[in-house]
Parts: sequence; C-alpha cells; structure tokens
Amino acid sequence: MADKLQFSLVSPERELFSGEVDQVDAPGTEGMFGVLPDHAPFMTTLKSGPVTIFNSGETTRLFVRGGFADVTPQGLTILAEEALDLAKIDASAIGVDLKNAREDLADAKTEHEIEHLQEKVRYLEALETAVAA
Amino acid sequence: MASLKDLRARISSVKSTQKITKAMQMVAAAKLKRAQEAAEASRPYAQRLAAVIGNLADSVGVGEGGPALLSGTGRDDVHLLVVLTAERGLCGGFNTNIVKIARLRIAELEAAGKTVKIITVGKKGNDSLKRDQGSKIIEHIDLRSVKNLSGKESAEIGTKITDLYEDGAFDIASLVYAEFKNVLVQKPMVQQLIPAIAPEDAPKVDLQGASYIYEPNEAEILEALLPRYLNTQILSALLEGAAGEQGARMTAMDNATRNAGDMIKSLNLTYNRARQAQITKELIEIISGAEAL
Repeated sequence: MADKLQFSLVSPERELFSGEVDQVDAPGTEGMFGVLPDHAPFMTTLKSGPVTIFNSGETTRLFVRGGFADVTPQGLTILAEEALDLAKIDASAIGVDLKNAREDLADAKTEHEIEHLQEKVRYLEALETAVAA
Repeated sequence: MASLKDLRARISSVKSTQKITKAMQMVAAAKLKRAQEAAEASRPYAQRLAAVIGNLADSVGVGEGGPALLSGTGRDDVHLLVVLTAERGLCGGFNTNIVKIARLRIAELEAAGKTVKIITVGKKGNDSLKRDQGSKIIEHIDLRSVKNLSGKESAEIGTKITDLYEDGAFDIASLVYAEFKNVLVQKPMVQQLIPAIAPEDAPKVDLQGASYIYEPNEAEILEALLPRYLNTQILSALLEGAAGEQGARMTAMDNATRNAGDMIKSLNLTYNRARQAQITKELIEIISGAEAL
C-alpha cells in the first residue's frame, strides 16, 4: 500500500500542485479535516480557508477561496476557485480590501449584491486570520 | 494610364501594408500559442468537475425538486443568448459568423413565439447586434482591458447569469461562441447552458468496494457545484473563442500578406512595362529628330 497521498490542487485556469505528500489539511464547510493516505472515499464542499500540505517534515500553507474536495482511493483532489500562497501575501492590503468590502456591503441594495459581498467579506476575514496565524 | 510616379507611390504603399499584415500575422501566431496553452491548462479542472457532476446528478436525480440549474424552470418562454465574440476586428469572418448564427437562432426562437434576451461579450458582436437587435440586449460585458482571461472573468459572467436566473429573468440560457477546431476552422455554435446538461459519460471512480461519505450531502454538494460548472463552461468557451480569434486573424493576415505580394508583383510588372515604353518613346523621338536634320 502506498504510504504517500497523491494530492492535486486544481484551479479553473491550471493545475497548481500535483504530487505525493504525507498529509493535507483542508477547510470543509462542516469543519477542518485532514487527509492521510488510504482515507475513505469522501466528498465535501470547502469554505474559504487555509490548506496545509505536510510533506517530509515540511509544511506548505496555501489559501483557497471556496471549492470542493474529493478523496478517492487514487488520492485527494481539491478544485478551488482561487488559490494563493500564504507566504506571499501582503497582510496590509487585505485589511484595506476588507474595509472596502465592508463599506460596500453597508451600501449594497439588491439581494444579490449583498449575497456576493457577504461572501467576499467572509473570504477576506478568513484570509486575514490565516495570514495572521 | 497611371504615371510612373503614381505607380511608385502605389507600390511603396502596398509594401508597407504588407509589412503590417505580416507583423500582425506573427503576433497572432504567438498569441494563438498562448491561448491554446491556456485552453489546455484549464482542461483538468473542467474534466474533474464534469465527472463529479455527472456522477452526482445520476444519484441525486434531475427531476422535479432537483437543483433549479439542472431541472430548469419548467417553462421555455424566455430565452437568453450569451454571445461571445472578439473585442477586435481584422480576423476574417470570425465575428460575422458568430453573429450570423446568433441572428439565425434569434429568428428561429421568435418564429416559435419565444421572447429573446441577449447578453453580449466582446465589442464586435455588440456593435453589430446593436443595430437590429438593440432592444433585446440586456447587458454588454466588456473584456477589452483584460489581458489574460482567467476564472475571474468567467465567474463574473456566470454570476450575472445565475443572478438573472434566480430572479426569473429567463428560462433557458445558451452560449453562442466559436468552437476552436483547428487554426483554420472555427465552428460557430450554440450550446445550452441552463438548464445545465449533466455530462452523460462521466468516468466512474473505482472506490475499491468502499462508498462515498458526503459532507453536507449529495444534493447540497451538487447545488454548490453547479454554478461552478457553469463558470467552467463559460471559461472554456471564452478560451476557445480567444484561441479561435487568433487563429482566424492569423489566417486572414496570411491571406492579406499573400494578396499584397501578388499585388506588388503585378504593379511592378506594370511599372516596368510603362518605364520601357517611355524609354522606347524617347528613343524614337531622338532618332526621328536626328533623321529629320
């Protein structure tokens, strides 16, 4: 049996990561979950949050903006709308964006606008927490 | 008969046109390569998503009570056409062909007594549809400032469409775009977007005897995934359109360069003939002048 987990992270534009790792932690809509090799088949939607990849003692932290995870005997696939490398994010820019998004939300009128902005605010809040952590 | 000076001016002007078309062809070739790579790179996501949707739709069922994006509104009175064209011209019949198909479809739907609404993406399609179908265009999406098409643009378009759908603005949505067959052939076509058609021949995953754990549950996952599926369809149409545009431009500019070459050749011939005729004429004048003395 394989003692490594085949993991791929795919965004609409391209494949961002593909390879064998020890463990992946991801933010499911019903809570964070970790995937080790030989995990049972599992399918869940993701909320915005950090994805942590553990491989031979090294950890890589990425951030996904919503998406979907699929664990099969072949490995784990995450389909993410947007994925960022947490090490490369400028924390101050997020604060500004978050402030703007909150102001926009206060001004938003239509139901759809409010819905989309709420999602954006949730995303930016999660991103801020993840960067600070 | 044009004078020698006129001919010279004409030749040099055609030569500089040829230089421009040649340069445009080379730029289009380079851009085409990039556009093809982008389309290629977006495939894994689309394939995975299509497979998952296909499997989920099978087990959840698409009948009444299923997700609205799959089951439809139960009516087909109002149709929305999303027409994807290029932002720029000079690419042969590329834009014209897409608009032609769109017009055909509009006429067909109207003959059947349906209401048609249009969203245009790309300046060229908007310009030409505005003339005779202006009242039906409910929105125009401008991508001129976008250098590299990404999920962001398609998500923007997709969100707009799903919002309209949730508001009950239309019953059926279709995409009109040019499918990229190869560099020479782009086939304009109409593809139904909403209600979404779940991929039929989705590859089944071998679970090795185990069964899936779903969180929250199958129906909700499907509901969350459908808008994304819509977005990927739009993205792939956008990317194919972009590749097709460059392919069409490359072919058109290649033809233009060749035509300019032919023209230069024939102009040169006329020029040389006129020059020789003039020399002969001058000689005759000199000789007959000398004989008269």
